[in-house]
Amino acid sequence: EVPKALLPVANRPVLSYVLEQLELSNIKDLIVVVEGADAALRVGGWISAAYVDRLHVEVATVPEDVGTAGALRAIAHHLTAKDVLVVSGDLVSDVPPGAVTAAHRRHDAVVTAMICSVPVSGLSEAGSSGAKDKTKKPGRYNIIGMDPTKQFLLHIATGAELEKDTRIRKSILRAVGQMDIRADLMDAHMYAFNRSVLQEVLDQKDKFQSLKQDVLPYLVRSQLKSEILINGAPQGQQAKENGNDKVSYRILANASTPSFHELYALGPNGSAPVRRTHKCCVYIASNSKYCVRLNSIQAFMDINRDVIGEANHLSGYNFSAQNNIIHPSAELGSKTTVGPHCMLGEGSQMGDKCSVKRSVIGRHCRIGSNVKVVNSVVMNHVTIGDGCSIQGSVICSNAQLQERVALKDCQVGQGYVVSAGCEYKGESLARKEK
Amino acid sequence: MGAQKKRAAAAAAAARVSEDPDDLARQPLQAILLADSFTTKFRPITLERPKVLLPLVNVPMINYTLAWLEAAGVAEVFVFCCAHSKQVIDYLENSEWFSQPNFTVKTIESHNIISAGDALRLIYEQNVIHGDFVLISGDTVSNMSLTQALQEHKERKKKDNNAVMTMIIKKSKPSPITRQSRLGTDELFMAIDPNTKQLLYYEDKADHSKGTICLDKMLLAENPSISLHNDKQDCYIDICSPEVLSLFTDNFDYQHLRRHFVKGLLLDDIMGYKIFTHEIHSSYAARIDNYRSYDIVSKDIIQRWTYPYVPDVKFCGNRATKLERRGICFTAFNSEIEQSRSAQVGSFTVIGYGTKIGSNSKISDSVIGEGCTIGSNVLIEGSYIWDNVIIEDGCELRHVIVCDGVIMKAGAVLKPGVVLSFKVVIGERFVVPAYSKVSLLQQPTVHDSDEELEYADNSSGTVEFSSIQGTADQSNGEMTSESSEAHKPKLGTGGVGYIWSICEGGQEEEWRHSVAPIPEDKLTELSEAMDDDQELVTQDRTALSTSGELISDSNASEGDDNEDSKDDSVYFEKEVEATFLRAVEENVKVDHVILEVNSLRLSYNMTSADCAGAVFYSMMKLAIKTPHSSASELQQNTANIITTWQKLLKSYLLEIDEEIEIILKFEEMCLESAKEFSPLFARILHILYDKDILQEDAILRWADEKEGADESDKVFVRQSEKFIQWLREASEEED
Repeated sequence: EVPKALLPVANRPVLSYVLEQLELSNIKDLIVVVEGADAALRVGGWISAAYVDRLHVEVATVPEDVGTAGALRAIAHHLTAKDVLVVSGDLVSDVPPGAVTAAHRRHDAVVTAMICSVPVSGLSEAGSSGAKDKTKKPGRYNIIGMDPTKQFLLHIATGAELEKDTRIRKSILRAVGQMDIRADLMDAHMYAFNRSVLQEVLDQKDKFQSLKQDVLPYLVRSQLKSEILINGAPQGQQAKENGNDKVSYRILANASTPSFHELYALGPNGSAPVRRTHKCCVYIASNSKYCVRLNSIQAFMDINRDVIGEANHLSGYNFSAQNNIIHPSAELGSKTTVGPHCMLGEGSQMGDKCSVKRSVIGRHCRIGSNVKVVNSVVMNHVTIGDGCSIQGSVICSNAQLQERVALKDCQVGQGYVVSAGCEYKGESLARKEK
Repeated sequence: MGAQKKRAAAAAAAARVSEDPDDLARQPLQAILLADSFTTKFRPITLERPKVLLPLVNVPMINYTLAWLEAAGVAEVFVFCCAHSKQVIDYLENSEWFSQPNFTVKTIESHNIISAGDALRLIYEQNVIHGDFVLISGDTVSNMSLTQALQEHKERKKKDNNAVMTMIIKKSKPSPITRQSRLGTDELFMAIDPNTKQLLYYEDKADHSKGTICLDKMLLAENPSISLHNDKQDCYIDICSPEVLSLFTDNFDYQHLRRHFVKGLLLDDIMGYKIFTHEIHSSYAARIDNYRSYDIVSKDIIQRWTYPYVPDVKFCGNRATKLERRGICFTAFNSEIEQSRSAQVGSFTVIGYGTKIGSNSKISDSVIGEGCTIGSNVLIEGSYIWDNVIIEDGCELRHVIVCDGVIMKAGAVLKPGVVLSFKVVIGERFVVPAYSKVSLLQQPTVHDSDEELEYADNSSGTVEFSSIQGTADQSNGEMTSESSEAHKPKLGTGGVGYIWSICEGGQEEEWRHSVAPIPEDKLTELSEAMDDDQELVTQDRTALSTSGELISDSNASEGDDNEDSKDDSVYFEKEVEATFLRAVEENVKVDHVILEVNSLRLSYNMTSADCAGAVFYSMMKLAIKTPHSSASELQQNTANIITTWQKLLKSYLLEIDEEIEIILKFEEMCLESAKEFSPLFARILHILYDKDILQEDAILRWADEKEGADESDKVFVRQSEKFIQWLREASEEED
């Protein structure tokens, strides 16, 4: 019911994190691509309210289910600059997009992908619900092959390919000599593309649906035997954003420096000047950077927790001495404690003897007495009755929890009413089920 | 064996108990030196002299290895001699190696050993290795220090008892064009864990047709980070724990050190033995594996990369030579050289004692042995001339190897890549074509391309040689005087020796391993081939990707899998056919054939329907191969074969499904591999029915199945319509 881009992370839409990072990198002309007209309207409304004077944003709508590549195809005519940055709207990260574009331009690459380490710690710290994850191996998202200097992307496997044996082409290995293969990194879905190449690929391969699974692997595969013309005359640069509400940006930045690739003529691709090659680069986010995609409920909870916890510099709030944020207008009853890594939104009220640990509570919530909220996200305008206990759950806006409800690892849909005394564990409750 | 195992275990336990690392170090280090490479790459030279005794810059190779082992702190070396063992032992006995302090050399001799695996098994039985040992072959030149590698090996071993071997590797990027390293060895693909340096994957003898390396998914699941290397060279110096010997004994099929042992350990996940690598950076290590590496290593020695094992430093077995500085390069001279004033000796050249060089001769980048006589106006470039060679006036030698006692008559020319074995005589003005090998011994006629036999050949070479040697020596004179028709035209007037024909398939490989540099045209040819290659790879890749997303991707991979299993069944079919043909030829009893086919079936994991199909296929193949002039004769042949072997076939026809499989197989054959049968389809079907091989049920079911098929598929149903009709009626009547 809420577009994913507008899901609140520490009481701000997740999209705002991306926009902020782009703004910090001085990328100000952007196109936000949203799937579906309805969602587009809401995202557009929010953006124009929040960023009206700071960013130059166009909102474009594409039909549903066209995939990321399809979305770019649809808005291709909007793109004019030499390079395009494509970011997923659900990326919560403090990696500067500027660094990615810089790496991209430095090598005059066809594509530069940002790669970050798989968020292992995030999942395993997920408190009670995370206990399950602890026993699992850290998830594998990609198998990535790079040259020893970790600048060029030589191999990438995604999705179903992970389940199979990895096949690595000898020709590229011969050209490079040494390839580092990493299974502990993942593609963060932030790419810088050469615009003309991207458009050409999208035009030629009309079956490509996803940037991550089709376009990027294709470019990586064909890098030693390029089939695309690299003719992008520098006209200025452009950045673009994309996600499941594909957002794209366009900037008019300083003139690019086209002669840079000459310095890299000795790179793996430069070794055979007779053959047409193109470069696929990577930018590896350092381990200290935070970089997670909001693509599951678990990720949503993790991000919420991390943003008010260890990655709190992202949230943009000032933390109190107790390491938590309580809006001045929030009212707390007597003997109510709000622990560290918590957030209490504007105008929320809490009754007596409540305790909140590692949770986010939205605006204008009414919470009764003797309520425990642990490791949970409570959105705006939620009413929680006395004696409730909420653990590891997500409560959407306008939901109502009557007295003595006990929830563990649940999701409660918007406007849903949980009747008194109910106990649920690991369920998702939404209005339709009624 | 048990006792030794126990002892080894006890020793290991003791080592673990004693915390003092010095205690470990004090155990004397042993080494196994294989004085036989178990290959035939240096033929024809190795038919007469063992490879380890071939001179490398005028010093027998084994001296380099032994000198290094001594310097590296090895206390005891077991020299394993096999081919020409007597020569090796004699040489060692006459050398100083047996009288060194703190360095014992012992020889182990065996004649019936055909591989490194056998050698190690024999050494295990002799029970002489008690601790970690260095495994090396006698053709290795190195100056690396073992201390660090040894230390690492021991520490790993202490932590993890399964770390049985440390391989020494060195950076060396193979040429992307020829796909072979500087030393002429095939490119090597390795996967190494960058943190622990554990070896995870090893592929030499790369299959060029396969464009990809396949890493097992488990490998990546266990190791988040892997380095794939194409830029490393295997130095063939291994530090092994005593377990390695027992592993060879346990796995009696391990022959080749790398191909079997290393790969075996990497694939075997039950025992969990691990191999690690140690990379050397500044020191030298190389194995002389073929003529090209002989050339390259010689040059490295002359250019002093192998210091202290260089011509002007005295180490065991050589006489120090004087260096003369020429520009920036060195040329090694011995004092007792008679050199004409007008002779030009270029850079990077070594000339041995007592060699005479005539006027106006030019020599560059070459090694010339002792007691050679070189006439005037001779041109020698990049060549290796051993001892007591006589080169008369006006000869030209470029990039060749000339063994002891060769006589080159005036004006003879050796084209690049030529190898002249011992005592060959080249006639006047004779031009030896490029890459030819000339020997007094005739080329062994039995040439089996089978890899296994590659090893066997060498040892049999010994026997062969010892019998020939006498006659060869005696007949030497006769041969010259006889100047038999066969030789004369081959090596010119007065020439003695046989030019070995290059065995098939070897021809294209010849330039790869030769002393001569790779010719330009080969390079361009190859780089073009590489382009095509690339194109192929991308083409099929793009074909895959244009067709789309995930779905087609998985389809394609399924195709791959199918291909794999298809491969399997093809192999299976071939094996069955071979078994069957042998059975026919040798009149093997049917029961035995059944047994053999059954074992094949188990090893390929096939169903009995597959067996039935394969057996039937082989029978039909045999029928078609039996000479026949007409279709009726073919039918008769088929009938005969079916009658003879029906018992074999029937043993796989347990159910109706298998019978249908046979019909389908037959149909397929008629369409594809054996079209001659197609007009006979119905008749042979009838024969099969008559012989009770096919029941009417099967035939009818087959016909029913085909009912709905395409018109093209129904050709044979149509053909046998009458027969089927008859069957149907018969069964109805019975009812």
